[in-house]
Amino acid sequence: MPKRTDIKSVLIIGAGPIIIGQACEFDYSGAQACKALKAEGLRVILVNSNPATIMTDPLLADATYIEPIHWKSIEKIIDKERPDALLPTMGGQTGLNTALTLAKEGILKKYNVELIGASREAIDKAEDRELFDQTMKGIGIETPRSGIAHSMEEALIVQEDLGFPCIIRPSFTLGGSGGGVAYNIQEFKEICKKGLDLSPTTELLIDESLLGWKEYELEVVRDKNDNCIIICSIENLDPMGVHTGDSITVAPAQTLTDKEYQILRDQSFKILREIGVETGGSNVQFGINPENGRVVVIEMNPRVSRSSALASKATGFPIAKVAALLSIGFTLDELQNDITNGLTPASFEPSIDYIVTKIPKFAFEKFPQANDRLTTQMKSVGEVMGIGRTFQESLQKALQSLEEDLHGFESILDNSSDQKETLRYQLTFPGSRRILYVAEAIRLGWDVDQINQLTGIDFWFLHQIIDLIDEENTLQDTKLQNIDFDKMLNLKQKGFADHRIAKLTRSTSQDVRNLRKKLGVIPAFKRVDTCAAEFATETAYMYSAYEGECESRPTSNKKVIVLGSGPNRIGQGIEFDYCCVHASFALQEEGYESIMINCNPETVSTDYDTSNRLYFEPITEEKVLDIIDLEKPEGVIIQFGGQTPLKLSEVLLSNNVTILGTDVDAIDRSEDRERFQSFANQLNLKQPPNSTVKNLQEAIKASEEIGFPIVVRPSYVLGGRAMELVHTQVELEKYLKEAVEVSDQKPILLDGYLTDAIEVDVDVISDGSDIQIGGILQHIEQAGIHSGDSACSLPPYSLTKKVIKEIENQAKKIAEELNVIGLMNIQFAVQDENVFIIEVNPRASRTVPFISKCLGESLVKSATKTMVGKTLKDIGFSNDLPKDYFFVKEAVLPFDKFPSVDPILGPEMKSTGEVMGIGSSFGEAYAKAQRAANKIFPDSGLAFISVKKSDRKYLSNLIPLLLEQGFSLIATKGTANTIKELGYDVEIINKVSEGRPHIVDELLNNRVNLLINTTEGRQSIEDSASIRRTALQNKLFCVTTVFGAFALLEAMSTNSDNWIYNSLQEIN
Amino acid sequence: MSFPAILILEDGSIIEGVGFGAMELSVGEIVFNTSMSGYQEIITDPSYAKQIIAFTHPHIGNTGINDEDNESDSIFASGIVIKDLPNHFSNWRATQSLDSFLISKRTIGISNIDTRALTSKLRDHGSLKACIAPRDQGSLSSAKEALSQFGGLEGLDLAKEVSTKHSFSWDEGAWPNYQDVKNEKLIVAIDFGVKKNILRLLRKHVGKVQVVNAQISFEDLMELQPDGVFLSNGPGDPEPCNYAIELIQQLLNINMPIFGICLGHQLLALSGGCTTYKMKFGHHGANHPVQDLASKVVYITSQNHGFAVELSSLPKNIEPTHISLFDQSLQGIAFKDKPAFSFQGHPEASPGPHELEELFIKFDLMLENNAKKN
Repeated sequence: MPKRTDIKSVLIIGAGPIIIGQACEFDYSGAQACKALKAEGLRVILVNSNPATIMTDPLLADATYIEPIHWKSIEKIIDKERPDALLPTMGGQTGLNTALTLAKEGILKKYNVELIGASREAIDKAEDRELFDQTMKGIGIETPRSGIAHSMEEALIVQEDLGFPCIIRPSFTLGGSGGGVAYNIQEFKEICKKGLDLSPTTELLIDESLLGWKEYELEVVRDKNDNCIIICSIENLDPMGVHTGDSITVAPAQTLTDKEYQILRDQSFKILREIGVETGGSNVQFGINPENGRVVVIEMNPRVSRSSALASKATGFPIAKVAALLSIGFTLDELQNDITNGLTPASFEPSIDYIVTKIPKFAFEKFPQANDRLTTQMKSVGEVMGIGRTFQESLQKALQSLEEDLHGFESILDNSSDQKETLRYQLTFPGSRRILYVAEAIRLGWDVDQINQLTGIDFWFLHQIIDLIDEENTLQDTKLQNIDFDKMLNLKQKGFADHRIAKLTRSTSQDVRNLRKKLGVIPAFKRVDTCAAEFATETAYMYSAYEGECESRPTSNKKVIVLGSGPNRIGQGIEFDYCCVHASFALQEEGYESIMINCNPETVSTDYDTSNRLYFEPITEEKVLDIIDLEKPEGVIIQFGGQTPLKLSEVLLSNNVTILGTDVDAIDRSEDRERFQSFANQLNLKQPPNSTVKNLQEAIKASEEIGFPIVVRPSYVLGGRAMELVHTQVELEKYLKEAVEVSDQKPILLDGYLTDAIEVDVDVISDGSDIQIGGILQHIEQAGIHSGDSACSLPPYSLTKKVIKEIENQAKKIAEELNVIGLMNIQFAVQDENVFIIEVNPRASRTVPFISKCLGESLVKSATKTMVGKTLKDIGFSNDLPKDYFFVKEAVLPFDKFPSVDPILGPEMKSTGEVMGIGSSFGEAYAKAQRAANKIFPDSGLAFISVKKSDRKYLSNLIPLLLEQGFSLIATKGTANTIKELGYDVEIINKVSEGRPHIVDELLNNRVNLLINTTEGRQSIEDSASIRRTALQNKLFCVTTVFGAFALLEAMSTNSDNWIYNSLQEIN
Repeated sequence: MSFPAILILEDGSIIEGVGFGAMELSVGEIVFNTSMSGYQEIITDPSYAKQIIAFTHPHIGNTGINDEDNESDSIFASGIVIKDLPNHFSNWRATQSLDSFLISKRTIGISNIDTRALTSKLRDHGSLKACIAPRDQGSLSSAKEALSQFGGLEGLDLAKEVSTKHSFSWDEGAWPNYQDVKNEKLIVAIDFGVKKNILRLLRKHVGKVQVVNAQISFEDLMELQPDGVFLSNGPGDPEPCNYAIELIQQLLNINMPIFGICLGHQLLALSGGCTTYKMKFGHHGANHPVQDLASKVVYITSQNHGFAVELSSLPKNIEPTHISLFDQSLQGIAFKDKPAFSFQGHPEASPGPHELEELFIKFDLMLENNAKKN
């Protein structure tokens, strides 16, 4: 039975901004779905608020709406587009929840839109904990003993029955947000309270503790003829107790016999049937008691998920694409398995002849106040995957991929501390590096039984790691030159990096590489083919292994390698994957064979049909050079993958690899402070007063010349890592002593802070002679807030023509001086019509996808083409923005995942993602961006105002606007006095430090609707943190900059009923 | 205990590896199996007699060997070839390591082999004769000698060699509920190399089971007064098994209900006048899609066969019921005029997917319908 003929158009809901628990895997799945359905001739209508996605490229859908994923916005789009069907299973939890809301609000019925892929009933049954539990009982499948609670009283009754420890999970929250494990009654009450608040249905599921149980996930696909297949089984190395997104996971499952595995398989099918997932993919999670094999089902997701993206990359089976096609009526046997070139149908189960290990990546260094222990609430921000012919090889490759200076099982225990105590703690209460502590325990000779007891990690995995540490111990007593062919081969087969071998044998990685090549130990490349070589494949999806036959078969085509951006992290996320993917597309358009190297399984760049050839490998010196040795490309592109490929630039140059685009020296000229200063002087550009210092004395001296406040940061970092604004000498000293390491090799940069300056981001594109402005983005928050965390507007909403002209001129001058070929990003600050240059990055920036979406033209594609010799004129590049539109980018922050963290913006980037708002005015675009970021602002009520001294001058403009909008005012003393002096009424309230009742009391009493709270200086920030935290926890809208407050008032003045909804295809 | 070992192939390749299990030279036809789980069931499956099994999954031995999952009491395979034998096994049911099990069953294994390259070779060239031998002085020449003496599987009747010598009744139901059995009917299972799980599922879904030798006479069989006859799986070429073909023809003549699996399927087809052929590299794995031609439903099946029934050779009174979606080869037949059907793959799974367990229920229904008719 082929596809349904009654569906002519389908609406796909994307996942929105990247947040913890929902990352670019949904761009990968959504993009696949759009492509597949469009190829079938359907009209595809897409809604996604995230401009940094491939799926929102205008070519992927027929009508692309970068609009808030909110039922009210989507209703407008449905009204306009009248789709026949809605596919809710591609946009993660967001897509599913929004579809449910649309159903509950009666929108789907009103416009006669059919839910395909998962019905409302199926979503309810899978997502509502109580219903799920009942459903499972009905089909004789065990779930953990548990109870449901809708209040604290109910929760306490359930707890009494289950005992401690027990696991608390709120219903309908992302990534298990708000859940946790409670060991005592106090902890229990805390978690329950938070969970009840966070759950949109005020519902908690409280489970018996399965801590230490084995955890498995099965990826299932089912079609309307009831054909069911398992794509992949995944085993968590970290047992139950750690969210699967935060666990190291291995595919396929390694420690189950067939009998045991088949129980999971049978139950998975039974569950899909009973829940009613009729067409598409789902994942089912199981816990297994390692003592006796008792199986319980933990949960199921009736949609594609992070693990289905992982399973797709692990097997080569495109789950999202297949799921999308099934939803419009195809059956599995009617679809082909692309990877075997259609030799086999999609109705089979992949068999893989390698091991895949996923390791999550965390960003706790960004949130020092956050609890960094891993629990049932997901905290990781990205992940990497290593493919190897053995578990050891895949595990070590995954470690190398993390970009945390790990080349294997590096030593991390320091000698001074109480090692035994540290280990005991780290093994029992897992943090982000538990696996390394396991290795340390092995090194110290701990008994494997004890390690198993503390960690719950299966003996099979532990013994694999023991073997690696044994190898390391032997290696430490070996001289490099004594390593022969067999030994070297053996080490490489176990996944030891050259760098690690070098460290253990006290040599250099270049020595190891030379010896390895001399011995003839070079990697072979094997293909990921879904079928364990049973059928031949032409698909060039490859990984390295130290084993006999190399299947790479490089071509003699002209070719270019694009280096990817590695794991997602704060400061380097999906934007860079977008850039790499576009670079690959552009190369193909120019007749090049494009070769991608990346190790992030969530991405579009690691889809096997994005580039001509894909090497799924760590982006390290060793692996990249190995691939270059084999492929011999014309050049390598390093501009698009963020900091990851840039780190390799020197190594590539010293190995005589051609780097395409801007000369690598330009990077150094813009990053090396002294060289930067000299060319800024040469071009007559103004810089804020600044200095580079190598010790405390120099810093103090420099600070006297520059004057406070000062922005301080280490050199060579991305995402404003460890960047701070200091206001006094005391703060400066504290920073240098506590926050960073300063030395001759690691200098610190000091920049005079330009008070009240407007920050501007400019992306420039150049072919070497023709230099064009890609876009000028005006930041809404004033300078001092990291550019990645501030909202910004294209076109600028308040800069004068003269200033814009000046910025353009300066940008072009810089591009000319650095001889940019490709892209460059510059940050300016504008203070009283004076333009200062803050930072230059001769590479793609995170604003590039946003600007590309506004222009309707890919900056990256044009840039890539200039790198292979095209001129901007050849390409027909145009930077004309659509008239009558404003585009606002808003950052999305993860504070709700880290409740103990002060949700204040500062010079260090903390956002995980971004959204775009499109409007006919700045206010409308900003308002939509707020809705898209799920920041629902009030339009009247009581506004709390407490601003720093330097902001008080703005009150004369701000207060009338607030009153006009219908707010009444409450303020702390200083601010209130200014307001009164201006002649307005205001209620006065204590600061927290001034005694009770104070502002936090008022917040908790639900009296306040809006907060405008600006502050500066370490002490004041600390004093007022509880205000912002309370606001966040109670979902109150809190503005922490005064410019943000003005923007918000413009947004409030628009009427959401009149907002425009135009697709990108209509806009451009 | 590991020892140096070599794998030599008919095409002249000599591959060095690490031996484990018994230090005994062994020859057979080498085939690859793509199943990612169930090595214990696979190596104890009698259908692998005179075959060397190359596993495509890299780690084999992770869960050791337990007392419950054997498909027969011995290892009939000539040896196993793997990428990696883990240094430790881990499972709550495990009682010994794969290595010690192979030693106890006098079977050799070889690890550290690029099984992916080997699989590609077998895929492109077809199955090859092979020999695994401990590497020592003279082992190469003796291995070559042994290889040249091995004639391959074609024309080889291995069923009668592996068949049970004595008739016995089977009492156990399926794991983990062994007691869950039916007793009303009696099935005679002709053992051409039967897997225990077939007997268990017959017990669970159909009735009492009497297992008999492959060369049982029609008269002896009828004396048992069976309600139906089951033709088991087994190794080797079906064509030389004339005794079985004649017996099945006699059973068909009296409208005895028959269900055949694997070799039993091939023998039933031969009895009905079809022909069989040796496949290039056969089907060995647990992920094979097989379509039910009537319902169009696709089943993921466990497969293990190197011979197949020629689809075009089916006479009018036999209809094809299932085909493989990997290569369109015939996977199941049913007689239109007799109560007899058979399946090429392994509905008893073990290892592999359970979906086709329903064929045992189908057999049970066939027996009931037949009883009503008489």
